[in-house]
Amino acid sequence: MKDMMPSFNLVQPTDVESAINILAEAGENGWAMAGGQDSLDWFKDRIKRPHTVVDLSGIEALKGIRETADGVEIGALTTLTTVENNPIIKEKYGVLAMAAGRVASPQIRNKGTIGGNVSQDARCWYYRSGLDCYRAGGNTCYADTPEGMNREHCLFGASRCVAVSPSDTAVAVTTLEASMVIVGPGGERVVPASEYFIGPAIDITRMTVLEPGDVLTAIRIPSKWAGAQFFFEKVADRNSWDFPLVNMAAAMKISGGVIEDISLTCGAVECVPKRLTVVEDIVRGSEPNEETANLGAGAASRGASPLNYNHFKIPLMENLVKKAIRG
Amino acid sequence: MQKKFSSDRYDPLGTERDDVSRRHFIKGVIACGTVAGAAGLMSGCSDGSDGGGSPAAGSVERMISINVNGMSRNVDVMPNETLAHTLRNKLGLTGTKLGCDRGSCGACTVMIDGVTHNSCSVLTHSVRTASVVTVEGVGGANGELHPVQQAMIEELAPQCGYCTPGQVVSGVALLQRNPNPTREEVRHALAGNLCRCGAYNNYINAIVKAAGSA
Repeated sequence: MKDMMPSFNLVQPTDVESAINILAEAGENGWAMAGGQDSLDWFKDRIKRPHTVVDLSGIEALKGIRETADGVEIGALTTLTTVENNPIIKEKYGVLAMAAGRVASPQIRNKGTIGGNVSQDARCWYYRSGLDCYRAGGNTCYADTPEGMNREHCLFGASRCVAVSPSDTAVAVTTLEASMVIVGPGGERVVPASEYFIGPAIDITRMTVLEPGDVLTAIRIPSKWAGAQFFFEKVADRNSWDFPLVNMAAAMKISGGVIEDISLTCGAVECVPKRLTVVEDIVRGSEPNEETANLGAGAASRGASPLNYNHFKIPLMENLVKKAIRG
Repeated sequence: MQKKFSSDRYDPLGTERDDVSRRHFIKGVIACGTVAGAAGLMSGCSDGSDGGGSPAAGSVERMISINVNGMSRNVDVMPNETLAHTLRNKLGLTGTKLGCDRGSCGACTVMIDGVTHNSCSVLTHSVRTASVVTVEGVGGANGELHPVQQAMIEELAPQCGYCTPGQVVSGVALLQRNPNPTREEVRHALAGNLCRCGAYNNYINAIVKAAGSA
């Protein structure tokens, strides 16, 4: 027999408005749960102990994929399996289908949601094991020390915390220049993906702009990159149920043999999905060949400051840029 | 021979009980443990003792019925209770195993509306309107084995057997949506089921074999 997680009140609203009201009432003791594939682990480990858990999975309005005038809107509660197999996503925004299909395991993709996957918290095990690090509100970092095990940690943007963005779909969503629809007590706001993810310099306790009481309701993908040439690759220690060491998503438009436009995003090297705009600027207008790939790769890791055990991420990142560009 | 064997036992009252199977004995111990251990292990489950305050307005009702293996079962479910806990400790369906209790291993795999889920990572209250099928429910009504189970026996798929119920459910769910999978598709479908003995190829062989007859 296994131990139980600590008790909480479970509320299962069927519309967004009720969910927002309940979360507002619960304040800092509330917790919005989507698929629960991460939430329940936090509760079982007794690191997060909310009094009121709002189970969003009964809100039908937050599920499904709809074509809109400019692209497609994905309800935040849509499961990763649905995203992976949706014909529109597969045909026009394949990079997102590829990324969704590489998340965790089949069982987790069947329950886990796209909203939860992009918004998930840092996977630094020092933080996850309940230590009082900066991200947990404490006054130290356990990973960025001479003895710290920081093989999975960041190359860029460290600010006290060196955790990385662990999501596969977040890099795809960033590459597709999606916008995120957030509903909170103050109403609805739409935030571009490039501003949705935030690093420790902005707020060390959060990975996204979601404030307590906010709910991500949808992800809108513009038609800008529809039907482009896509690339997604995730490098991890295990092929199943693992987080990326580095992942890379790209959308490329080729016209007349040259790269007309490109969007390139690298994950697991910074606290936010890292859009490689420098590489984009270098390769735009060139042929997608070995020479261009090498030029782009050299620029990709510029400015990286590796920790003790994660130097290997630099060549890994460069090689993935090469693969993305030369195809 | 048999008489000699039974007289070897210490049996002062002369009432030997041969009808106690190992399985029933273990199940009995589990039931006793649930009661005896309730005060300590499950103290966090009583209303408000741990989470603070009384249940909020709108919090779920505890007496619910869920559909498991085609039967509607009435059960008292706490808000923080996982489906694996309900199945194993309240409905007696101990075929579903708990490995990691963190959604990592797949030993607790069940089908919810025909789709595989880790039952350790699903709150029972979220399946009130769904139909749950556990490993006990994949076979025939009279105990006939599912072709996947039969093939696993023939292919000697399990080694220690702990992950087998999860492998069976993942295999059955795959064949329901794709009766003729390729070997690669079988590998993908079983990718969430960890086998510590490393008998992966045997499980894949069994499901490929079952695909012909399922």
